[in-house]
Amino acid sequence: MSHDMSSQDMQTLQAAIAKARQSGNAETLVKNIPYARFIGMQAHCFGETWLYEMPYGKHIQGNPSLPAVHGGVIGGFMETAALVHCLTQLEGPGFPKVVDFSIDYLRAALSKPTFAECSIVRQGRKIVNVSVHAWQTTKQEPVATARTHFLLSEPVQE
Amino acid sequence: MNTYEQKVSGMLKAVLHCQEIGLELVSADKGHLTLRLPYNPALVGNPLTGVIHGGALTTLLDTACGFAAPLALDVPSVCPTLDLRIDYMRAAVPGEAIIGEAEVYRITGNVIFARGIAWQESRDKPVAHCVATFMRLEPHVIRRPGVETR
Repeated sequence: MSHDMSSQDMQTLQAAIAKARQSGNAETLVKNIPYARFIGMQAHCFGETWLYEMPYGKHIQGNPSLPAVHGGVIGGFMETAALVHCLTQLEGPGFPKVVDFSIDYLRAALSKPTFAECSIVRQGRKIVNVSVHAWQTTKQEPVATARTHFLLSEPVQE
Repeated sequence: MNTYEQKVSGMLKAVLHCQEIGLELVSADKGHLTLRLPYNPALVGNPLTGVIHGGALTTLLDTACGFAAPLALDVPSVCPTLDLRIDYMRAAVPGEAIIGEAEVYRITGNVIFARGIAWQESRDKPVAHCVATFMRLEPHVIRRPGVETR
């Protein structure tokens, strides 16, 4: 299996990022990140506000007796939301690299859609700090909060 | 297969997401657990490099720590995750499986502390480290669907 980045993959991704930044439509961008597609993540843009959604499905089920979404998937969803948020909000052509991720679980995420909102707390020259808030029924009843650091990569050579 | 491995094997089968990503049991003992995540192109986070997404590593280590927690106790318990922090040391090599090891290092009356490490070719070159804390609850307090507790 070859994983060398072809310039075509590169162009496809850059075009998807540019489209999301300009038009607020991140469908192509999300489709180009296999893990985001795997968990069924969607990105919605309302003016300046981005909302991320993950529908419930058996493929993300954790505790079968509730049933609940797997805690790891909640983490994966929030991390992916933060990544897409950086790609749409920050200038520059690089792909941010995750440095660390910390999550507090507040309630079980049950068999319904999960939503997330991200905010860029601080953007430095090399590091971005993003906080993520996830909920199901109402925003006032979060299922988890998380924060993560990304390292901004050097502009990629074409 | 020892009794711990039998327990984990049953838990892995019951958790559909673990089945979906093909998590495999390597070994288990009291408060210790090693799992294996096979490489899967569907779990890629960076389409340009083929590197597995951090979220899949979170799931690997969350599962390893989360299953190790009840394995450390002598009485049946339910152990929901309170928090988890994961530090990514280096990108995972595409095409290769990732091993996730977890150990419980402190048990108190209410809280269990666990830590984990993810690696590929050598334990000395970890892909990620994690620490996590879990509640320890009697099985009867587990909340039922529709009964939201705070």
